Amino acid sequence: MNKQVTLAMGNGGEENNELITKIFYKAFKNEILEKSEDAAVIHNGKLAFSTDSFTVSPLFFPGGDIGKLAICGTCNDLAMMGAQPKYLTCSVIIEEGFSTRELEKIVRSMKKELEDNGAVVVGGDTKVVPRGSVDKIFINTTGIGEIKKKDISSNNISKDDVILVSRDVGRHGATIFAAREGIELTSELKSDCASLTHQVQALIEAGVNITALRDATRGGVSAVLNEWAKQSKICIEVQEDALPVSEEVRGICEMLGFEAVNLANEGTFVLAIKKEDEDKALNVLHEFENSNNAVKIANVSDMYTGKVVLLSSYGTKRFLDTPTGELLPRIC
Amino acid sequence: MNELQLKDLYEGFRNPEVIQGFAKLINTEAKQLPRPINIMEVCGGHTHSIMKFGLLQLLPQNINFIHGPGCPVCIMPKERIDHAYILAQQEDTILVTLGDMIKVPGSKGSLQDARAKGADVRFVYSPLDTLKIAEENPDKKIIFFAIGFETTTPMTTSFIDIVLKRGIKNIFFHINHVTVPEVMVELIDSRDEHVDSYNNAIDAFLGPSHVSVITGSKIYEKFPKEYHRPVVVAGFEPVDIMEAILMIVCQFNEGRCELEVEYKRLVSHDGNLKAQALIGKYFEKASLFKWRGLGNVPDSGYKLRFEFSEIDAEKIYADILPREEIEDHKLCICGDILRGMAKPHECTIFGTACKPSTPLGSCMVSSEGACAAYYKYGNLL
Repeated sequence: MNKQVTLAMGNGGEENNELITKIFYKAFKNEILEKSEDAAVIHNGKLAFSTDSFTVSPLFFPGGDIGKLAICGTCNDLAMMGAQPKYLTCSVIIEEGFSTRELEKIVRSMKKELEDNGAVVVGGDTKVVPRGSVDKIFINTTGIGEIKKKDISSNNISKDDVILVSRDVGRHGATIFAAREGIELTSELKSDCASLTHQVQALIEAGVNITALRDATRGGVSAVLNEWAKQSKICIEVQEDALPVSEEVRGICEMLGFEAVNLANEGTFVLAIKKEDEDKALNVLHEFENSNNAVKIANVSDMYTGKVVLLSSYGTKRFLDTPTGELLPRIC
Repeated sequence: MNELQLKDLYEGFRNPEVIQGFAKLINTEAKQLPRPINIMEVCGGHTHSIMKFGLLQLLPQNINFIHGPGCPVCIMPKERIDHAYILAQQEDTILVTLGDMIKVPGSKGSLQDARAKGADVRFVYSPLDTLKIAEENPDKKIIFFAIGFETTTPMTTSFIDIVLKRGIKNIFFHINHVTVPEVMVELIDSRDEHVDSYNNAIDAFLGPSHVSVITGSKIYEKFPKEYHRPVVVAGFEPVDIMEAILMIVCQFNEGRCELEVEYKRLVSHDGNLKAQALIGKYFEKASLFKWRGLGNVPDSGYKLRFEFSEIDAEKIYADILPREEIEDHKLCICGDILRGMAKPHECTIFGTACKPSTPLGSCMVSSEGACAAYYKYGNLL
């Protein structure tokens, strides 16, 4: 491992995994942590528990802001374990000189998203640090949710499952890139930033047999699929032309040399469900605006255990790997 | 008239029926080839497309690809990276460069490492974005570490033009622009002392289209005439590459050896004359430029003309920039890979000591390098 922490170690991909495994997992080793789920399942399987810190530039972007992100992120991690988010804590580290008006705007956004999730903030902490110590504002949220459906786990996926994605992929990453780098687009590209609690609860209520769920944040859909393939010791065969990608995101990817499946999402999740429930799950998801283009993207096999294979529409195949390094644009 | 959309640039060029149609034609034509042929795709962008779209899986055994040196990031020698590393660490300095240049390791580390140690290193999408950085930091020196082939050279010269015309005093340039035809000549002419037959390994070239958009197709005229190697200038979409392969196979079957252009939608014989004039105004050829993995290649690089010395970081910082040559890693066979004598998986450190996250050799450095493409996409084959 590199002697110094680099930005690539926070990419949600290979280097990030190495940092977590070799430093944090090594020290904190325990049965719950090693399951490596979106949220820890505690209290005899009754509660889900998760934490996340949020840093984003710019703080306000098309489709959301850091406040909305901070609530969605943690609530979505809880939702991915079949839990209804209940109680959150919120810690903020603010750079000296930050505008209180903007802070209020961020907090209002958090309030709105909490209400949508049916959750409340029950504790918190505020630190103000000298100018230059942080980039404007960092927010940490920690949450507890009540598990409504037990045994959702990314370690249990088998050939009886199919893999769905809830909507078109890569929107958040592409929006942030465009906003940060001042890429002007004629079309309207917005982050997918949204809470997923309602979709997940609707799937549970409809009796969909869910094996695993994961929101495809940093590292995108390819990181999720690779983690699942390794954790469940399966091969995931993705049909490339089934992957939903919006025109705007595809355009940014073509321009900069990215792959939409590697870009971050903040309101898109991947589902592993029993084959026979595919139609039922899609019908439920299609009822929601945020997931009205949900679609099946992959089958599970044992062709290359622990790997994700991308099948092209013209009969070729290749591995889809976990993203590595910082996402940087190609040169020519 | 409808506005041009980005999708217009690729839609249709990934059509499954067209790709399969070309695959069928190539397979039929290739049966008549008198012997297996080795096609070198000079540009890393082509390597990347061939691997990403799995095109090798559609081709017959007697068409072999040799992955060329055309990736601006992978060919950058450690000496030049060390220059960037040292410049980045100067007081009140911001080092600006393009894309994944910041990942390339020099002997002291990469620019990414320099940044982790506190240096101000930034990457931009276009050299012109550096103007904003300079405007926001009037009390700092901004050094633009310019890299790339003929494709990106005009962007740097346009940038220099603006800096000089506006009289901006805090932007300096470290020039590392290189050219394609000279390294192609080197690959044909140079002989490796261990392999006598090396001179015959490359049978034809796939020329990168974006280079010829600037230079025109004329830069390749000497290859069929003087070196007896056909060149087909091709785009980067799967349909472009498949069509170009068919064109090359047909040339062999018909006993022709010509320069042809597949990418007719943007490539002319003469290219962009305005861009060429701007390059001529500010740059002249450096007598030697060292390519990582390949060594010194005559006339393959550009440098700023003498009259622009006041913005030439290499001259301004001459006292602190080292001149000694640095050897590549002993076990690395990038030189052989770039010369078409070895494939990435024949290297003993491929995928073990040398990975995209910890690259040792040039071909693993950039995502468009041959080893990186094999590492990412190639292990199904």
